[in-house]
Amino acid sequence: MEKQVCVCGHENPVGTKICANCGRPLTEEAKSQKILDMKYDGSAIRSKTYNKSVIDKIWNFFSSVKVGVSLIIITLVVSSLGTILKQEAFVDAGNEAGRALYYEENFGTFGKIYYALGFSDLYNQLWYLILVAMLGISIIIASIDRGFPLHKSLKNQRVRRHESFMKRQRIFAEGSVTAEDASNTLDAVEEKMKKLNYKVRREGAALLAEKGRFARYGPYINHVGLIIFLIGVLLHKFPGVYVDDSMWIREGEIRAIPGMEGYFLENKEFIFETHDNDPTTAQIQQGVNAVAKNYQTNVVLYKQEEGSLPGQTDNLEEVKEYSIRVNHPLEHNGYSLYQMDFRLNELKQMSFDLTNKETGDILGKVSVDLRNPKKEYVIDDNTKVELMEFYPDFSGFNKAGEPQTLSPNPNNPAFIFNMITPEHPDGEISFVAIQQTVEPAGNNTYKMAFSGIDTVNMSGLTIRMDKTIPILGIGGIIFLLGVAIGSYWNHRRVWIEQLADGKIRLAAHTNKNWFSIKKDLDAVTEHAKLPQYIDQLDDEKESESDQNKEEK
Amino acid sequence: MDKKRKRSITRGVILAVLVLAIGFTVYSSLTKDKVELLTVGDTAPDFELVGLDGNKHRLSDYRGEGVMLNFWGTWCEPCKREMPAMDRQYEVFKDQGVNLLTINIAQSEFEVQNFLNSLGVDFPTVIDKTRDVRDAYNIIDLPASIFIDPNGKVVKIKTGEMSEADIIKNMEMIKPE
Amino acid sequence: MSLIDVSGNLLFVAFLAYLVATLLIGGSIKGNKPDGAEKRASKWGQLAITVTIIGLLAHLGYFITRWIYSGHAPVSNMFEFTTAFAMFLVGAFILMFFLYRVTALGLVALPIALLIIGWAAMFPREVTPLVPSLQSYWLTVHVTTAALGQSILAISAVAGLLYLLKAIDPKKKGKERFWLEAIHFFLVVILGFILINAGFKVAGYEAQYSYINKDDREMQIIYNLPPIFGMHESTAITEGAMDPLVELPAYIHAQKLTSVVWSLIAGIILYVLIRLITRKRIIEMLHPLVQKMKLPLLDEIGYRSVLIGFPVFSLGALVFAMIWAQEAWGRFWGWDPKEVWALITWLFYAAFLHLRLSKGWEGKKSAWLALIGFAIIIFNLVVVNLVIAGLHSYA
Repeated sequence: MEKQVCVCGHENPVGTKICANCGRPLTEEAKSQKILDMKYDGSAIRSKTYNKSVIDKIWNFFSSVKVGVSLIIITLVVSSLGTILKQEAFVDAGNEAGRALYYEENFGTFGKIYYALGFSDLYNQLWYLILVAMLGISIIIASIDRGFPLHKSLKNQRVRRHESFMKRQRIFAEGSVTAEDASNTLDAVEEKMKKLNYKVRREGAALLAEKGRFARYGPYINHVGLIIFLIGVLLHKFPGVYVDDSMWIREGEIRAIPGMEGYFLENKEFIFETHDNDPTTAQIQQGVNAVAKNYQTNVVLYKQEEGSLPGQTDNLEEVKEYSIRVNHPLEHNGYSLYQMDFRLNELKQMSFDLTNKETGDILGKVSVDLRNPKKEYVIDDNTKVELMEFYPDFSGFNKAGEPQTLSPNPNNPAFIFNMITPEHPDGEISFVAIQQTVEPAGNNTYKMAFSGIDTVNMSGLTIRMDKTIPILGIGGIIFLLGVAIGSYWNHRRVWIEQLADGKIRLAAHTNKNWFSIKKDLDAVTEHAKLPQYIDQLDDEKESESDQNKEEK
Repeated sequence: MDKKRKRSITRGVILAVLVLAIGFTVYSSLTKDKVELLTVGDTAPDFELVGLDGNKHRLSDYRGEGVMLNFWGTWCEPCKREMPAMDRQYEVFKDQGVNLLTINIAQSEFEVQNFLNSLGVDFPTVIDKTRDVRDAYNIIDLPASIFIDPNGKVVKIKTGEMSEADIIKNMEMIKPE
Repeated sequence: MSLIDVSGNLLFVAFLAYLVATLLIGGSIKGNKPDGAEKRASKWGQLAITVTIIGLLAHLGYFITRWIYSGHAPVSNMFEFTTAFAMFLVGAFILMFFLYRVTALGLVALPIALLIIGWAAMFPREVTPLVPSLQSYWLTVHVTTAALGQSILAISAVAGLLYLLKAIDPKKKGKERFWLEAIHFFLVVILGFILINAGFKVAGYEAQYSYINKDDREMQIIYNLPPIFGMHESTAITEGAMDPLVELPAYIHAQKLTSVVWSLIAGIILYVLIRLITRKRIIEMLHPLVQKMKLPLLDEIGYRSVLIGFPVFSLGALVFAMIWAQEAWGRFWGWDPKEVWALITWLFYAAFLHLRLSKGWEGKKSAWLALIGFAIIIFNLVVVNLVIAGLHSYA
């Protein structure tokens, strides 16, 4: 490794801007600066010194802040594209074909292109994941590259700095002490700075007062937090770490819980309450009819006995009863069940009156439980209704004239009844659907007249298990700590040297919030009767703005 | 020179670790679904369901012989279409040590019985009332047929309607030696 | 008088106080003549701050009384959240004032707060009971912290605007002048929105229509402005209501578009009038007012507010949000538009800090970035809530 030897004799790695030992500027750039760039005082960041091999080139690429910021900006711009149209996750269109159709139908050519480019599922695209991964790599490498040299330089910093270093600090003072006796100056400074909570080190006629060094580590701590968080997110992709399932369950049903092996859930009751207010303007504007006050599913959680097989429901042990509400999931064994959705008033039972069409006489009532229809419903010795066929979700007749059902859900029940009555002991066939009755044989004497329904509510629950939550939590906390440390505290240093003739040379630096350090300096200047300091940047900045004025 | 090489190696290692971690995660996420789903070569999960005959049926009852499991529902047109062929081949193969067990997804006995009667088929059928078995086999689309060999291993998974030739071919595969 | 009426009155008092304070600040700056102007300037400035604090206390009173009356933190709908945001903004201004003693910040901060309150007032302000998903103490924690973070970040835009008003020569042609004036035009459009809505409200304009929404269901909607655009297959329910000029397909919300277009019309008319009457750009009129300000100080204030606000925003808008989302919906992040735009805001301010600390982007560059950041915050508040619907739209 090539080294640069400073005038003071210390060997610095090539690329170091400021000598680690005395503080003299080493590079031409540093020498020409009126005020030193203090970011890397004492060390060169590694990427600037090693620039040779391919590995180094890749390393330098990811270490660069310019690249990092570019990645941040690209990520944020790209992320916004996913909000132009609804993402696929929020589109309820069944399968892939349905989704493609959704975008084209609703948003025309733009929608078609949006879907084709993958923007409709943008955050799950491989290139998006790679973008975020690159951001993560950038954070890691940039932190390693800068963090270690920073730590080294802060740990090894010397008390005494060369004149050329001090002169090039933003805050600088040189002059005589305004007190009678100059011999106690440094002691007075030490006393005051200690009162202001600075750590004071002395070396001969030099003094270094330092406060808040830990604040410099803030950014590195928060980067560590981010990386831990990202690791947690990446772990999601591994099997067994994360379960995300959903289920619909009707009141009265017992169902196996998908994703949670061996457990069953019984929906005892679904309660839906609304606030009984008059619709507000907001609601009418939005087209909402009433404000939901509360909805919850009262459930019982069951567990199969040890060693049970899927499908066995003989010996279910009750685990617990619970009311699942939004913000109050059912939690057990690392799994959580959330109240996500609901459907009210699904048909459970339909009732019919066996009616004589002419006279209007009702022979009896038949109630068909749509989830468990019976083969026949007996009214008396001469009268019964046979259920020939049942179609829970009637969707029409096919070419052969047969009724079809779309799904097993009782959305549109249709029945083929055989009405056995005293007048017609062989029975009459009637096809009955909602608002539709078909008599295949022609004119029946009797009909099944619709007389009522019973409904049941259905709950939509989400099942989640996520082992990465603790990792995400830790990452988040570390991140917040790092950001707080880096933002709310600052690193202040004051170098003072008393020259042979009693004059004082002073320089000060902080990484942020110059107003506060100036207050400290004012206090110590007064206490120890130091010469007045100047802010070399003030003139610079003011002259900039004066230039603007003059240009007018 | 030594320190420079050391530095290069350190950096190289760090970069390599990062690339591997990311690469593995990407690979994992792409293949995740496949790992969790039932695949050929897995042992078919045992289960117990009640049949239309009122008896309890277990998959392990069939150990030593081949089993074709068929998941279906009355609303599923392709299921309806393939059932006659299934029935015919069941008649042929059942003396050769291949069994057929169809599993209806949570419908009423009335619907299931009527449906089978209307098709005129006669094979063992059970009803998965709580959908537990469907979940265990990760069945999403219907019809789904799982062919299991005499040792209980899954030999073939077929989603969608099967032709009679398909059925014959697959039943051949699970014949005991 | 019920508590809710008291609450409303307190808000009105706050509004007036901010208005008076703005005028006082304006007065405290104007003085150019040497004799007694300094003294008068500082006296008026002090008075302005006092009046602002009185207003802030009244505003806080509105917040607390509304909380007591409704039983939940008043941040649950558009009106409530926006007025709370204005309150935090004024609070952040006062905080910055006590740190840096720059009264002139109020010259921008207070009118913005006024615009925000005025805008909020155009939305239904009835106390609405909470839907189940909002029934959680996280409502208080997440929303108030996020609003607090956003308001502190907003001060950087305030400082940035002042910086640019001084640093950009209104007589020099170019992109900078154009965009700075464009920002003021946009503020005039907001004013237009408020005036046109208030105007029609005073005139009592209300027309109800029924229409077919994109799920093919019949719904009803109320228009408070004459319908330029009509909802899909809309028919008037109110007798004699005006027919829409253009009917739009179901996936475009015609009523909201009508509102936007009316605001643009009002804003354009207002702006043109201002230009014609004063014969100057708005920034030309404001430029002399900011001459006494110190650019480095404004730059420092802009930077400091991001530094203070960023951790608060991260905590409130991301961390608390993720915790609550996990509790309520079982997933801490779902990529819904509001979450995505919160992420975009966070990434943007992270970029701001990196550019500033590592790349030395100070002065004008920093000021422009601060304004863009504020635009993103407002986008999240307005467009994402009102236009892009999602799990998160509670407006």
